[in-house]
Amino acid sequence: MGAGHAHKLYRHGHSPVHALPPHCKLAAVLCFVLVVVSTPREAVWAFGLYAVLLAGVAALARVPAGFLLRRMLIEVPFVAFAVLMPFVVPGDQVQFLGLSLSVPGLWGAWNVLAKGTLGVAASVLLASTTELRALLLGLQRLKLPPMLVQIASFMIRYGDVITDELRRMSIARRSRGFEARGVRHWGVLGKSAGALFIRSYERGERVHLAMMSRGYTGTMPVIDEMTASRAQWTSAAALPLSALAVCLLGWTLL
Amino acid sequence: MHVPDGMINLPVSAAAGVVAAGAVAASLRGARRELGSGPLAEGHGAERTAPLAGLVAAFIFAVQMLNFPVAAGTSGHLLGGALAAILVGPYTGVLCIAVVLLMQGILFADGGLTALGVNITVMGVVTVIVSYGIFRGLLRVLPRKRRSVTVSAFVAALVSVPAAAAAFTLLYAIGGTTDIPIGKVLTAMVGVHVLIGIGEAAITALTVGAVIAVRPDLVHGARGLAAPLKLRVDGELVDAPAPAAGPAVPVAARSPRGLLAAGLGTALLLAGVVSFYASANPDGLEKVAADKGIDKEVEEHAAADSPLADYGVKDISNARLSGGLAGMIGVGATVVVGSGIFYVVHRRRTTNAPGSSGPSASASASAEQA
Repeated sequence: MGAGHAHKLYRHGHSPVHALPPHCKLAAVLCFVLVVVSTPREAVWAFGLYAVLLAGVAALARVPAGFLLRRMLIEVPFVAFAVLMPFVVPGDQVQFLGLSLSVPGLWGAWNVLAKGTLGVAASVLLASTTELRALLLGLQRLKLPPMLVQIASFMIRYGDVITDELRRMSIARRSRGFEARGVRHWGVLGKSAGALFIRSYERGERVHLAMMSRGYTGTMPVIDEMTASRAQWTSAAALPLSALAVCLLGWTLL
Repeated sequence: MHVPDGMINLPVSAAAGVVAAGAVAASLRGARRELGSGPLAEGHGAERTAPLAGLVAAFIFAVQMLNFPVAAGTSGHLLGGALAAILVGPYTGVLCIAVVLLMQGILFADGGLTALGVNITVMGVVTVIVSYGIFRGLLRVLPRKRRSVTVSAFVAALVSVPAAAAAFTLLYAIGGTTDIPIGKVLTAMVGVHVLIGIGEAAITALTVGAVIAVRPDLVHGARGLAAPLKLRVDGELVDAPAPAAGPAVPVAARSPRGLLAAGLGTALLLAGVVSFYASANPDGLEKVAADKGIDKEVEEHAAADSPLADYGVKDISNARLSGGLAGMIGVGATVVVGSGIFYVVHRRRTTNAPGSSGPSASASASAEQA
């Protein structure tokens, strides 16, 4: 743990967005995404306004645009899917650059791209302004079953340990001259995965015994009870409420 | 395969969310039972759940990063649903996949927040149920050897991936935001995912085989395979005295009756009631056939005159009622034929080995229990 205790997803800061209680932020992001998804796709300008809203939040949180955009690369695979849509959906065709594209397909691609991108941007902003542990506590405050939150917190805590274990195994293999080049080497990789499972499971058993010896009875004590003041809820609600106004405007102007 | 926001409309996403929440709630209870069994673990199910399921979820998360080279330059990775179900049992499997998807959605923005229910239902629930069902079914039929476990794991993973793709297509057909012809979606999705499924199957089988070689007791799906402990007393092998209060009782030792009844009920409900709302338009294949004129040469099916032809009961004129009735009769017939086949195969397997009646009888007994 010498390399700092914050996860690399989190971007440390002291902005007003960082200071909001996690459950307010979670609820705000969820409501925002819900509003975005229920906006009619024909209201193109509305999605532009949503993007402006998110950019405002990012500026307020002092998250640089490059960081945000790099993290948003996660959606590249489904961009490929969206790009295919204009070619496979039947309907009226338009000619563009010598290609024949279908109009409903273009609308569908736009719909998925715009809503998906906004959703990804909102989640990335949430994860980069909230510490992992705080996020888990926020989920618990939002009445997720405590057991689920505990499992998630164990997964987050040991995720890096297990991933590092996988990396060490890969280094050990490579330092012995192994290089996975094709299907022939799947056997070795499968054995690695099997060994990783056994190590993870046995580590889980050891963690359980260690916790038992420290008085664990199946529930985690909540030490820092988080509360949110009315002002904090109001400022967190600013994002989804302004988005809701845009959405309603979009439906009426349609 | 993570579904983003805006691909499936809100009502269907909400319905999938309800399904996912129900499945996770049931899994929380079931996982306590699954993880609470084992030599060290009696009575510790509740407090073992969090650390063990958490570590297994971390394992799934890590193993999804293990890249498997396919051919020059391309590589794939494991999805892990079938692997989790076979290694730690179906309930814990659903739970772990759900937690992984939740964390991926919130932290890595992988998969939309409003599509979380869809993602959990498709990748967690459908994958695990299909793969575990096939796995258990095959284990019953195949001889009780270790090789059968890996073979069953292979087939289970192979089928589970296209099954998840088909489930996604179904959701897309009901609530997709763009009208892509469903036939095309299904062909593309299932086609691609059959290929992915082959890789998934090979790696799942290799991984299960590797675990079984070292710690067979950790493979939930192979618990029935453990040979009874023998002691050598005065040069003779005798059975070791059974430990008190059988910790070796398989977890799934509860009667499957509830599960069967629920499954049958759901199938009847889907066939009888939900099919009312299915599209009356020809499906993709029928439509393509009609458009291209393929169907001109199709002769009427031999059973076209049967009372159930074209999914309707002949003498009932109300289209919905007749469609529903036909669906329910179809489900009933499928159940009867399917269980008949299973019964025959099961009978043959148990009567084929009269010489080794001891282990085989106990085997079938434990198979009955499981």
